Amino acid sequence: MSAPGVLKFDVELALGGFPLRCAFQVEREVVVLFGASGAGKTSILESIAGFRRPERGHIEIGGRVLFDAASGQFVPVHLRRVGYLSQQPALFPHMTVEQNIAYGLHGMASTEREERVRAMMERFQISALADRRPAAISGGEQQRAALARALVCEPEALLLDEPLSALDLRLKTVLLELLFEWQREREVPMLYVTHDQQEAYSLARRLLVVEHGQITADGDPRQVLDAPASREQAARAGFENLIEAEIEERHAELGTMTCRLRHDLRLETPLAEKQAGDVVTLALRAGDIMVATELPKGLSARNIVPGVVEAAEDRAGMVELMVRCGETTLKVHVTRGARQSLTLEAGRAVWLVIKTQSIRYLRG
Amino acid sequence: MTPLLLSLKLALVTSLVLLTLGLPLAWWLAFTRFRLRFLAEAVVALPIVLPPTVLGFYLLVVLGSQGWLGQAWQRMTGHTLAFSFEGLVVGSVIYSLPFAVQPFTAALSGVDRRLLEASASLGAGAWRTFLRVTLPLAMPGILTGVALSFAHTLGEFGVVLMLGGNIPGRTQTASIAIFDNVQMLDYTTAGRQSLTLMAISFALLVLIYGLDRGRSWRMR
Repeated sequence: MSAPGVLKFDVELALGGFPLRCAFQVEREVVVLFGASGAGKTSILESIAGFRRPERGHIEIGGRVLFDAASGQFVPVHLRRVGYLSQQPALFPHMTVEQNIAYGLHGMASTEREERVRAMMERFQISALADRRPAAISGGEQQRAALARALVCEPEALLLDEPLSALDLRLKTVLLELLFEWQREREVPMLYVTHDQQEAYSLARRLLVVEHGQITADGDPRQVLDAPASREQAARAGFENLIEAEIEERHAELGTMTCRLRHDLRLETPLAEKQAGDVVTLALRAGDIMVATELPKGLSARNIVPGVVEAAEDRAGMVELMVRCGETTLKVHVTRGARQSLTLEAGRAVWLVIKTQSIRYLRG
Repeated sequence: MTPLLLSLKLALVTSLVLLTLGLPLAWWLAFTRFRLRFLAEAVVALPIVLPPTVLGFYLLVVLGSQGWLGQAWQRMTGHTLAFSFEGLVVGSVIYSLPFAVQPFTAALSGVDRRLLEASASLGAGAWRTFLRVTLPLAMPGILTGVALSFAHTLGEFGVVLMLGGNIPGRTQTASIAIFDNVQMLDYTTAGRQSLTLMAISFALLVLIYGLDRGRSWRMR
């Protein structure tokens, strides 16, 4: 078996309304592809797997060329040795779980094949289901079997297209652990597509943001998601508040800046590579803003802004307040308990507390 | 050979030929991205709407001793294709083509594409994917096509009469024998033959509809 190696991707292809133009490398690591539906994430995976032939470009894994437009090379799917798993387990309905897992191991001595299938079923804790057909097992068990079926072939790269989005959190956690354990052992490049912000944060040390067929950010998930490049990305990274402001003063020695919003509202923000007089977009998470009904004292937070609650709306698990501060309206998330004990209803005068470091800037 | 045996033989040979020729054609129809596919589908469906006499007439022209296929056949074998068993097979294959190809195509296109993609990404080439995934999953529809074309050939009349004439032992099939007996006012023989043919056809249809229920892996 050849050693796994780096996945190189540099491709151009026509999507529905716009072209996909992406270039990146994945070492023997886990990389999350993050972006809205239709941004081109799935097309990237399909090009690597061989389900899709790009117009231009080059794809290789560990020096083995899978696609090269210039020389007309296009290795068919079944010779690529790339594992692919999507949200649908796509188990063969006429085969048992065991037969499904053994499917990719044809041309192997039967004793070795049986041994590998057995070991993989044990690893994914589905040995008891060996003789069952897919229709007779649960969705989570199906996805385990599908994962086992892909991994038992020892792929040289693993492509996962929101593979766990149909499963509940507990199952998801178990499967992710199994998956990452395997990746750490084998050290193959692994691309994991998701549009779930929570997943994007927790899965990998490296994140690629895909927007309209292009990679708009590449790096540590926290850094990437905390410095969103566009309003769209900011919204997906959980920044409910985007506010235009002008930098009034830089305080390099304090590591802060003073920004002036409309109606002379001022906020202290973290120092950034900007000049006084520049117009910036501040990004602020609704959950990072605190609410007080009296003027708070002795706080470390530097921004205490008076406002009036305009509306309070129950959302899943929390309450969203619209708070008017001068000409700026901010979204603030509080718990149901806080709403009750502080009677946070329309018309209530409040103070918003905003930590300097919780304020980010939209890049560009 | 009795008319009934001849009919069964013709039906068997025809459905086997349709299995071998119809399956690749159906596979092409199910998977091609060719823009004019609908034209091919219309040609395949033509025998359903054409009067058997029209089909029989054209076949006679092509297969007869003046037709190009008939002459080629005569050079190869020394006898004419029309008015022979082989000629009946050619006619029946064309006449029953839609009854095999349409269920085949439906069965093949009914196989989930994601399964075919999964098979390929697990290292199976086109042929292995076909044998291990596509074929088993499409099997009920393929058996339906074979049984339908068998039953349809068993009941054919017009094409056989046009193309094969009415030569006892060679081209006189059951349906033609029944017609013959009615002409000769031998209602007893005609009635017995009709009953046999009806019983066989009914049994075949019971088999076809029974197959639909037999997809065991959906149940378990």
